[in-house]
Amino acid sequence: MDQHYNYKVVKQFAVATVVWGVVGMLVGVIIAAQLAWPALNLDIPWLTYGRLRPLHTNAVIFAFGICGLFATSYYVVQRTCQVRLFSDKLAAFTFWGWQAVILSAVVTLPMGYTRGKEYAELEWPISILIALVWVTYAVVFFGTIIKRRVKHIYVANWFFAAYIIAVTLLHVVNGMSMPASLFKSYSVYAGVQDAMIQWWYGHNAVGFILTAGYLGMVYYFIPKQAERPVYSYRLSIVHFWALIFTYMWAGPHHLHYTALPDWTQSIGMVFSLVLLAPSWGGMINGMMTLSGAWHKLRTDPILKFMIVSLSFYGIATFEGPMMSVKTINALSHYTDWTIAHVHGGALGWVGFITMGSIYYLLPRLAGEHKMYSTRLIDLHFWVATIGIVLYIAAMWIAGVMQGLMWRAVNPDGTLTYTFAESVKATYPYYVVRFSGGLLYLSGMCIMAYNTWMTLRNRDTAVARIPGLELA
Amino acid sequence: MEALFLLIPLSVALVFAALWIFFRASDDGQFDDLVGPALRVVQDDDLPPTDQQ
Repeated sequence: MDQHYNYKVVKQFAVATVVWGVVGMLVGVIIAAQLAWPALNLDIPWLTYGRLRPLHTNAVIFAFGICGLFATSYYVVQRTCQVRLFSDKLAAFTFWGWQAVILSAVVTLPMGYTRGKEYAELEWPISILIALVWVTYAVVFFGTIIKRRVKHIYVANWFFAAYIIAVTLLHVVNGMSMPASLFKSYSVYAGVQDAMIQWWYGHNAVGFILTAGYLGMVYYFIPKQAERPVYSYRLSIVHFWALIFTYMWAGPHHLHYTALPDWTQSIGMVFSLVLLAPSWGGMINGMMTLSGAWHKLRTDPILKFMIVSLSFYGIATFEGPMMSVKTINALSHYTDWTIAHVHGGALGWVGFITMGSIYYLLPRLAGEHKMYSTRLIDLHFWVATIGIVLYIAAMWIAGVMQGLMWRAVNPDGTLTYTFAESVKATYPYYVVRFSGGLLYLSGMCIMAYNTWMTLRNRDTAVARIPGLELA
Repeated sequence: MEALFLLIPLSVALVFAALWIFFRASDDGQFDDLVGPALRVVQDDDLPPTDQQ
């Protein structure tokens, strides 16, 4: 057994990524439609926006996103350490345990069970299961690193390692709660303290899952797909440590102009601005990896996914620090501009790098040389890209418009617009956003079909671990 | 801001932990060769053999 890599668990997670991607994006499209046409909640409590919205975020981040990270990190750590996963049983437990977490989210969130914390909604019994799966994940990952046969730890593994450790810590600190019954618990922190802890968690989840984790993918799958080494390996190490040392304090920018002390808000703003440097270090490094190979973009849609994902990463990590500046935040806060920013990162950066990496993995896991259809990958790419552009542009315009309408005052000091007027003015943009989301979802369905056709009737590939001559 | 009594020491501890890991890795020679590792990853052939298993 130790002669071969464990591709089984990688394949399970890769397929789960695709399936949950379709589900999570479908829920997203439904709630986008509800915002434009509220009657679509059909007067059924389980289908109301307030319950489906956390289901959407949980499904895309924790189901689609993290299954993608499980698949890629398990693949990368094995291939770069040239050793089989530390334990097949524990790895299988992480798969089934994580699916159990997702399924309980699918059941409990529409029923209205929630801790009321954004991106940490799941009630305490599920929260404990998450912790259990996560610690097992850490054991499998670090166990594999420890028994590696290559002395050097490849940089992608550093990113995955940081993401695994950080999530453990964030989940435990923010998850502290006092159970009142089997399905209800209360946070041990109160008021603004709770808000501070929550956004320390929330933004570091962005930093360590949605940034560090996916940078791990960037540093493995882009060089592999482009068949070029990382542009600057030195820069990759430098910006890894720069991210680690500067990330932790960006959270307070979520609480600008709230009861949080002013100086804490300012610290959050300064740290957010500082982050621009390491973020762009990673983006430029990834992009420049294509130097001398740009022509490949003409024929290789997988590479297109990866490079466009980096462009969105660049946009989002520029926009984020700007939005954390208090003066700009005064306009953008609570508007749909935030939604545009999040989805630039989510659909463009996280979505595309995950799709690119999964497209890279699937044929290899099936013992094939390429996906069932390269043209369908290309179609997916264009449908999804147009979808993102529609989505973000609509939300940008809507956000700035809302911000300007809310702050407009008449000469006598009264507000020019009522809130309902800004909602009405947003309607056409919600419709455009819905169609953008629909396009993105159709892209994901194309991917699901392509995945099905690639994997059907094929056993999981058996990949021999090469000899030690490379070490 | 009692929350900061938890978060700030935690962050400081983390930074020192990260420093410790960094210097340990550095002393261990992890960052000595900053060219080879990038090439080795590209050389690892993970496609199935053309004539199939």
